[in-house]
Amino acid sequence: MAGSKTIRVLIAKPGLDGHDRGAKVIARALRDSGMEVIYTGLRQTPEQIVETAIQEDVQVIGLSILSGAHNFLFPRVMELLREKNAEDILVIGGGVIPEEDIPGLKEAGIKEVFTPGTPTSEIINFIKANVKV
Amino acid sequence: MYDKESLSKLSEHKQNWEKNVLNKVLNKKPERKEKFFTGSNIEINGVYTGLDIQELDYSKDLGFPGEYPYTRGVYPTMYRGRLWTMRQYAGFGTAEESNKRYKYLLSQGQTGLSVAFDLPTQIGYDSDHPLSRGEVGKVGVAIDSLKDMEILFEGIPLDKVSTSMTINAPAAILLAMYIAIAEKQGITPDKLSGTIQNDILKEYIARGTYIFPPEQSMRLITDIFEFCSEHMPKWNTISISGYHIREAGATAVQEVAFTLANGIAYVEAAIKAGLSVDDFAPRLSFFFNAHNDLFEEVAKFRAARRLWAKIMKERFKAQDPKSMMLRFHTQTAGSTLTAQQPDNNIVRVTIQALAAVLGGTQSLHTNSRDEALALPSEDSVRIALRTQQIIAHESGVADTIDPLAGSYYVEFLTNTIEQKAKEYIDKIETLGGAPKAIEKGYIQQEIQNSAYSYQMEVEQGKRIVVGVNKFKIEEDPPKGLLKVDPSVGKLQEEKIKQLKATRDNLQVSKALQELKKCAETDKNLMPPIIKCVRAYCTLGEICDALRAVFGEYKAPINL
Repeated sequence: MAGSKTIRVLIAKPGLDGHDRGAKVIARALRDSGMEVIYTGLRQTPEQIVETAIQEDVQVIGLSILSGAHNFLFPRVMELLREKNAEDILVIGGGVIPEEDIPGLKEAGIKEVFTPGTPTSEIINFIKANVKV
Repeated sequence: MYDKESLSKLSEHKQNWEKNVLNKVLNKKPERKEKFFTGSNIEINGVYTGLDIQELDYSKDLGFPGEYPYTRGVYPTMYRGRLWTMRQYAGFGTAEESNKRYKYLLSQGQTGLSVAFDLPTQIGYDSDHPLSRGEVGKVGVAIDSLKDMEILFEGIPLDKVSTSMTINAPAAILLAMYIAIAEKQGITPDKLSGTIQNDILKEYIARGTYIFPPEQSMRLITDIFEFCSEHMPKWNTISISGYHIREAGATAVQEVAFTLANGIAYVEAAIKAGLSVDDFAPRLSFFFNAHNDLFEEVAKFRAARRLWAKIMKERFKAQDPKSMMLRFHTQTAGSTLTAQQPDNNIVRVTIQALAAVLGGTQSLHTNSRDEALALPSEDSVRIALRTQQIIAHESGVADTIDPLAGSYYVEFLTNTIEQKAKEYIDKIETLGGAPKAIEKGYIQQEIQNSAYSYQMEVEQGKRIVVGVNKFKIEEDPPKGLLKVDPSVGKLQEEKIKQLKATRDNLQVSKALQELKKCAETDKNLMPPIIKCVRAYCTLGEICDALRAVFGEYKAPINL
């Protein structure tokens, strides 16, 4: 459970997908809820995302993808986090992600996957309940 | 349209009605909401009359179909002459698979092709590039060289179909490939009809598949305008797109305003490059979104037509009527589709498609019910196409032109949207035009604000989305979603390896060298690009040659 420390979140767009409406809306909603939010911008490699997360000392990474490349890119982010001993960072994902892919992503270490229609309040509550500060 | 006397009678009648009829009811039972608004925050009255459009001058503001300012449509007979082109955007996996889907769609009565490319192709990377991993064939077909294009259009007579290609930063290269495969079918470029999207400004604003910096990108675009005005009179050289701007969260008013502001920037760039307006403007085309707010959407299309006609005539002094006609493609709104109760999306798409047809679209893509979940399955695509066919052949709406004209409400909305869009365009002018306004992040910020307030309205229940924040049910995960075979990436990598081993590599490096040289001058880039394509240079190689001269765009990050 979050203490008095402000939660720091990295919202990231892995891959080549340019759809960032959702990522930006969520970044703003998290910020309005009192978190510190960094947004990577488009076209980030898993390597860049993990590096930024460590440099910026975030407790949460939110990955957003709508191109269908999640099965490759999400597990790759988790793999790199483990290599850097940073697997205590809470990683969540969102976007156009078929239900049947979600168990595999969770197995890879993604804590929760939020699909279209999820209220931002649900994401905020999930982060507050699961983040390690 | 109204004389003073009848207006004052009407006004008196209205006041009486409010006092004696309306207020009695309101005193007993208030309306559902205190105030009503369209999606663009235009306040809606309970009832409209001639009082709300008293300035409207039929001949000046509406005219007849095919007549300036084209409010009622760009052609004199519209759908009585020919129905709109039913054009479903499709493409996934390999060229072989997409070719099969195109042939299926044509066999089902589709009348034009619309090619979706995968992200590596759209951003100018070959399938074997490290950044392409996981993305090959996902959101469209993977095209690495002319070889893939040959397979993509195998057995499809290019002089009989019109083809739209959603390609922007590397549009010149894909156009060159299309010319080259047509050649192999014995068809000259002047016989080809179709569209390339080629709209880089909205990529910086909303869609994200840019490669080069703005100035060099604008040069590629005007080179295409020039080349096509000489060699491809039936080709739409650009599709100036509000679609993605709207998907990113813009309102209907913002969609019109930002799209036309981009349009103005392209016209200015072409004039600056030495072209005369009537040589290229007739081949400009547009691409809009169709949302659920039926009347606002119809009004949006009418307002966009009228505003563009005025801009072209008054500001750019166009003489050719074709330069003033806003011809457009419409796609129904992907962002309104819900993952919850996906069959409901069929109904949403029907309303949106109806708006596009009542708004006088030239071609239409209807989304499939499962697109909030995955790429559409064949069954879903067929229902989407059937939706258009039912509107065309059963609903009767295609049998008279612009049937909502004269509706007090629709004319009021048309006027209001035009006026509000014009205010935005004026504001963008004061910032130095669309490219400068994009650089400053102004347009992006306006869109983000709209997107955020929409989301908050949904979450606070001020806006109802059926199945999402009301009328929810427990459901099982949907079945039968389309999956792209993950081996596509490997397959494409193999194809590239084989190509590089068998082509004339001396020719390849010569052609690329020539292209680089040309890029350093201000000569038209189309001829050396066509040469590269014919020599089987890969898309990535051609883009790399241009990257070496032009550099790459780095987007500013603003939240």
